[in-house]
Amino acid sequence: MEFYRSHVLVCGGTPCVLEGCKAVRDALISEVRRAGLAGEVKVVETGCLGPCDMGPIVVVYPEGITYARVGVKDVPVIVEEHLLKGRAVDRLVLGTGAKEKGVVSYERPPYFELQQRIVLRNCGMIDPDSIDEYIARDGYRALAKCLTEMTPGEVIDAVKESGLLGRGGAAFPTGVKWSFTARATANQKYVVCNADEGEPGTFKDRLILEGDPHSIIEGMAIAGYAVGADKGFIYIRGEYVLSIERLERAIQKAREYGLLGEDILGSGFDFDIEVRKGAGAYVCGEETALIESMEGDRGEPRLKPPYPGTCGLWGKPTVVNNVETLANVPPIILNGPKWFRGFGTERCPGTKVFTLTGDVNNKGLIEVPMGITLRQVIYEIGGGIPGGRAFKIAQTGGTSGGCLPKELLDVPMDYFSLPEAGSALGSGALLIVDDSHCIVDIARCFMKFFKHESCGKCVPCREGTDRLYEIVDKVAQGNGRLEDLDLALELSRVMQVASLCGLGQAAPLSLMTILQYFGDEFREHIVGKTCPAGTCGF
Amino acid sequence: MPTATCRCGETIVDDRWEKLDEIIEKHRAKQGALIPILHEAQELFGCLSEDVQLKVAHALGISPAEVYGVATFYSFFTLKPRGKHKIAVCLGTACYVRGASELVRALKEELGVEVNGTTKDGRFTLEVVRCLGACGLAPVMMIGDNVYGRVKPEKIPEILKEYQ
Repeated sequence: MEFYRSHVLVCGGTPCVLEGCKAVRDALISEVRRAGLAGEVKVVETGCLGPCDMGPIVVVYPEGITYARVGVKDVPVIVEEHLLKGRAVDRLVLGTGAKEKGVVSYERPPYFELQQRIVLRNCGMIDPDSIDEYIARDGYRALAKCLTEMTPGEVIDAVKESGLLGRGGAAFPTGVKWSFTARATANQKYVVCNADEGEPGTFKDRLILEGDPHSIIEGMAIAGYAVGADKGFIYIRGEYVLSIERLERAIQKAREYGLLGEDILGSGFDFDIEVRKGAGAYVCGEETALIESMEGDRGEPRLKPPYPGTCGLWGKPTVVNNVETLANVPPIILNGPKWFRGFGTERCPGTKVFTLTGDVNNKGLIEVPMGITLRQVIYEIGGGIPGGRAFKIAQTGGTSGGCLPKELLDVPMDYFSLPEAGSALGSGALLIVDDSHCIVDIARCFMKFFKHESCGKCVPCREGTDRLYEIVDKVAQGNGRLEDLDLALELSRVMQVASLCGLGQAAPLSLMTILQYFGDEFREHIVGKTCPAGTCGF
Repeated sequence: MPTATCRCGETIVDDRWEKLDEIIEKHRAKQGALIPILHEAQELFGCLSEDVQLKVAHALGISPAEVYGVATFYSFFTLKPRGKHKIAVCLGTACYVRGASELVRALKEELGVEVNGTTKDGRFTLEVVRCLGACGLAPVMMIGDNVYGRVKPEKIPEILKEYQ
């Protein structure tokens, strides 16, 4: 193995690719070679580092200096100043990385200060195409530990004890879910990784898969061992081209290394994984709709029970887990449930990956302990609202989550506290909206989405999403009536209890919270016929 | 060489139907083969015309209604030929609050088409889509496989020029 004095990591996540990171990487490689440093400095393309709004991102180790918005023209300066002379290039450093002018410091920018990285442990740290780098960072050790030292029952107990809750949004205890499938008797069982990430404002699964595909493969293999499945599927959005490529390569590599396939590590355990592409339907994120889609049908949810755990894909017991859930599994096995419980809160151990978007200075991918407050995320990590505007709403949980006003900025973000405030943690989308936007217009955007994405199978959702859109649209046009708001609330409650799946049950949540916290703005539209933000044209 | 007339409009004297046979054969043994077949068939033909759907239905021994049901359920599949370049503007919430509707308006004007319309020269089809998962760079649009982030309406003519 070769040793290098410095590693230069170039973020190769989709947002940075859009900003031209490939050209920066190529320039770094040729400039390092030109400076005669090829034997001392290694340039690595990694997965996402997080601050997606400030790409292309380049990090130089061992100092850990993060450079933001690096252009090809900046490359010679970085190589000359930092790699040759050991002086950080101040004007490019992200945050306060180099406080004393010209001195290389090890301080981390505030963007990373509050973050704790379990799921994203390798994202931005390793070359996602290199199985060796994954293994060097304890990759596949958890799988080896399961296969050689633990019974399937012990694996399930460890996951149960860790208190890991499903990270796709429903927050069902993962260990309990696994135990249902483990207990079921069948000649065939499956593990399905739900990577059909469609919640507007969410792109965490995409960047986890791009940045650390092996962690998902390992998590799935452990799940397979625990429940007795020898076949896994990754159902992924067709649009996630780079994730699919990297997954396919990673699966191939794992097979070559004997970490997938027959008789893994000589244990007698067989497991293999196939990638299936989705075809663009939001509802397929719901696990039974996903299963229908994998079977080649229209992605319409099934009646439950039976649950997939006992009767899922092709009628066989099937574990369906979200990408982030599976990425949590190897560290839990390796470090033990007690270690995992050291993060986050009592009821919600661990961390949560959020995607921070909208009207906020630092947008991107973050991983923070459960229970952190919205205020900390928006102001300490997100750097506040740009352009001197005021905060208006934070929508947690994506379009199917609720909208919180500034009075609730101190609510802890976990799977229990947010629902108590009327919202949801969901998949971890966090949309910040400033005071230049009209709440009615925003609500209309949400309702339009559900009207379009409702699959049409059950009446409460099919009709309800249409009618809610109609009501909000009328208000935005200046034709709203006060009694319509009561009607909207009544309809919302019916949808919550009577819809077949999570889509219809969650669809009215944003509108309900908006009416609860921003009802006055709706009434101004209806009674005063004015739009305070000046967005609605009447 | 088999010949056929695709309802996409073109008269086809080529080997695409043979290729479709190969695609079907490749996936046939798999459970849930329909969607992977439709993915590849659309890549091959550009759209899922009635002929393509019938052929797939017969080959798999399922009813054409089932194929049609699946082809119309998913937004990725199209029954009508699209323009040479597909423009997809993200209308996810993050893009919406960063001005995606302005973008749609500018594109409509520049191209002279409505949403889901194709320009007369067959060059562009304008679509609006749900979240593309690049919200950090909102507003976002895709032309073909290329993603454009932080797009300003006034930049549209310049971007479209790349595809002339």
